[in-house]
Amino acid sequence: MPKITTLDINDVLEKYPGEPHYLISLMQDVQSLYSYISPDHLDLICTHVGVPRTRAWSVATFYKSFSLEPRGEHEIKVCLGTACHLKGSPRIVESLERELKVCRGHTTGDLRFTLDTVNCVGACAMAPVVVIDEEYQPRTTYRKLNKVLKSLAED
Amino acid sequence: MERISTQGELEALRHRLQASHDPDQLIVRVCRGPGCLAQGADKVARAFREVIAAKGLEAEVKPLIKETGCHGFCKQGTLVNLAPANLFYVQVKPSDVEEIVETSLMKNEVVERLLYSENGTRYRSAAEVPFYKLQQKLVLRNLGLIGLLSTEDALMAGAYQAAAKALTQMSPNQVIKTVEDSGLRGRGGAGFPTGRKWRSAVKAAQKSPGVVYVICNGDEGDPGAFMDRTIMEGDPHAVLEGMIIGAYAVGSHTGYIYVRTEYPIAITNLSLAIEQARQLGLLGKNILGTGFDFDIQINRGAGAFVCGESTALFSSIEGKPGEPRPKYVRSVERGLWNRPTVLNNVETWANIPLIIQNGSEWYANIGIPNNTGTKIFSLVGKVNNVGLVEVPMGITLGKIVEEIGGGVPGENGFKAVQTGGPSGGLLPAKLKDLSVDFDTLTKAGSMMGSGGMIVMDQRDCVVDVTRYFLHFLEEESCGKCLPCRLGLKAMLEFLNRFSKGQGSLADIDELESLGRAIMDTSLCALGGSAPNPVLTSIKYFRDEYASHIVDKKCPAGVCKDLITYRIDPEICNGCRVCARICPQQCISGEKKKPHTINSSLCIRCGMCFDECPVNAVIVE
Repeated sequence: MPKITTLDINDVLEKYPGEPHYLISLMQDVQSLYSYISPDHLDLICTHVGVPRTRAWSVATFYKSFSLEPRGEHEIKVCLGTACHLKGSPRIVESLERELKVCRGHTTGDLRFTLDTVNCVGACAMAPVVVIDEEYQPRTTYRKLNKVLKSLAED
Repeated sequence: MERISTQGELEALRHRLQASHDPDQLIVRVCRGPGCLAQGADKVARAFREVIAAKGLEAEVKPLIKETGCHGFCKQGTLVNLAPANLFYVQVKPSDVEEIVETSLMKNEVVERLLYSENGTRYRSAAEVPFYKLQQKLVLRNLGLIGLLSTEDALMAGAYQAAAKALTQMSPNQVIKTVEDSGLRGRGGAGFPTGRKWRSAVKAAQKSPGVVYVICNGDEGDPGAFMDRTIMEGDPHAVLEGMIIGAYAVGSHTGYIYVRTEYPIAITNLSLAIEQARQLGLLGKNILGTGFDFDIQINRGAGAFVCGESTALFSSIEGKPGEPRPKYVRSVERGLWNRPTVLNNVETWANIPLIIQNGSEWYANIGIPNNTGTKIFSLVGKVNNVGLVEVPMGITLGKIVEEIGGGVPGENGFKAVQTGGPSGGLLPAKLKDLSVDFDTLTKAGSMMGSGGMIVMDQRDCVVDVTRYFLHFLEEESCGKCLPCRLGLKAMLEFLNRFSKGQGSLADIDELESLGRAIMDTSLCALGGSAPNPVLTSIKYFRDEYASHIVDKKCPAGVCKDLITYRIDPEICNGCRVCARICPQQCISGEKKKPHTINSSLCIRCGMCFDECPVNAVIVE
């Protein structure tokens, strides 16, 4: 993969003054663009805001929403909030892990699907909830999800 | 809209908007709260627009379609309200829209099948529905009414009237006194008196003159809680107004709203509300010509539960990992960037305009002594009416679960209520006459918390739920202090063993002792309150622990290692759904004949149980 330069994220860097407390916001914006933050991105960001690499890595690995690996084309987020837990979300995650042959928090080898867990998306009335590409699947079951995944795989 | 320079201009604008509002105007309000959104509210709203356009109604009747914030009755979504007929339709699907338009908009008649019905009674309007009737919606009064992102609607509903009153007619000290006298306590979980917090910040700023910050904690990390999400999405101006009043009271000119990244709609709606407020001159320099400057910026969380803790939140805004600081360094003295900081929860801020507008005495008369006002709860889990409820403090648990909530569905009875999120506790059904207020719940071993109220039935295992909370907190622990970092792991090991039927009764006592030690020695409230679910579950459900350990049984039928799945041959119709989806392929049988599960190969994944169309799979 070609080395990432400032040119790639210049627009993003320019939005923020070069001060340490903009580290997290910058990382969030870069991740929205690229769906993950590569080591090259991280270096460019920490140079811009003026923090040592160790701090940038510390932040990148502390916060769950940051991904340091490329993400899949489709993002599946299984809610593991309390209401969803009571309605069987652990079984749903396990069934998705088996189906997609990927562990939670990771991406399938072909980069099609990323399987994540989230600790509550705030739609508790519709438990169990799975969010696929920002679309909510309310009161979902293994079979309903399978249908959605099949149609995504066919695209 | 033009910039407003005085209180007079604000009121003139409000009157103009109210005067121009036609009471006979047809309005279709589609709820776009999280529950309804998950059920396709977007598609319903779109269907209304399309059908109305197709029928050419835009020209003659000009119906307005407003998407609103959460109206609370999430189980019955998508909720649709029609004005001026005051019709309340539930479970509306896009395919119902044409009928609604033809029947209710064009002919002013009712689509009976879409009305909410309970125990044989059909309800025409939302106000009559028992779920709503038993509540007292103050903070949530605008939800379901004002259009999302509509400043006009917010202003017509009274937005910024209280802020104008505070800025032009009250001194900062009078504002603080009013909040103190109201008895308002923080709604984020700890229940600290808000007025006292503001007073301390002012004293701290006097000792160390300089910048003072006000922050809104919109992190709402408790799984099962979505009250703050609803307010931030559906009535963002209420939060901004509260912060303006608070900033004026404590002498702050810079405010932050910290919103968790898992709430993108809240972030968008708050950002737009801030823009609108700035355009109107209600945020920025010289607000309403009073010389008071104040502006707000939004910081996004990045997926760390601990950042709901105030000092961890400050660290996050400062661009660092969210590691809390010891609480003897008080945030009102040294908070964000070591400056005096007032941090309050979303719901707390949203209460402020009401208190200023209506007075402290009015507020203090709601609820019970020392626990005044209302509280919003997200009532979820095994309860009929899942949704958002706002009730006066002092109401009983039973009233919330059984009357407003409509009781526990199905044959499995009401077992327990979990309040306060992962930091709270499990209260058994027999305590349903407990008053829901800060002090009573804490005395019972739980806590009010942010307002998550999770109802459990006999099919929910206390050991499993406790293990779930511990696992959650163990993962979210920042790792800074040993009692939390290692202590939670140690507690979890006990729970893991119990769920497998291992361990001894003496282990329960050890677990209790470990829990108390962690409570005493943890640096912050994450570790400090993590043992709560463990300690309350042992206190009230010790028998269930004993069943697991001694009898090797999970009475609720949840803990995988202690259950078996069996197909009831009397119910099974041989449809083969289970056989097809079984990952172990250990279900056998002929088509249309009862099937059997090979227990020795079964991994208890639960898929056959979930998917059987006739509920023939039994857990033992």
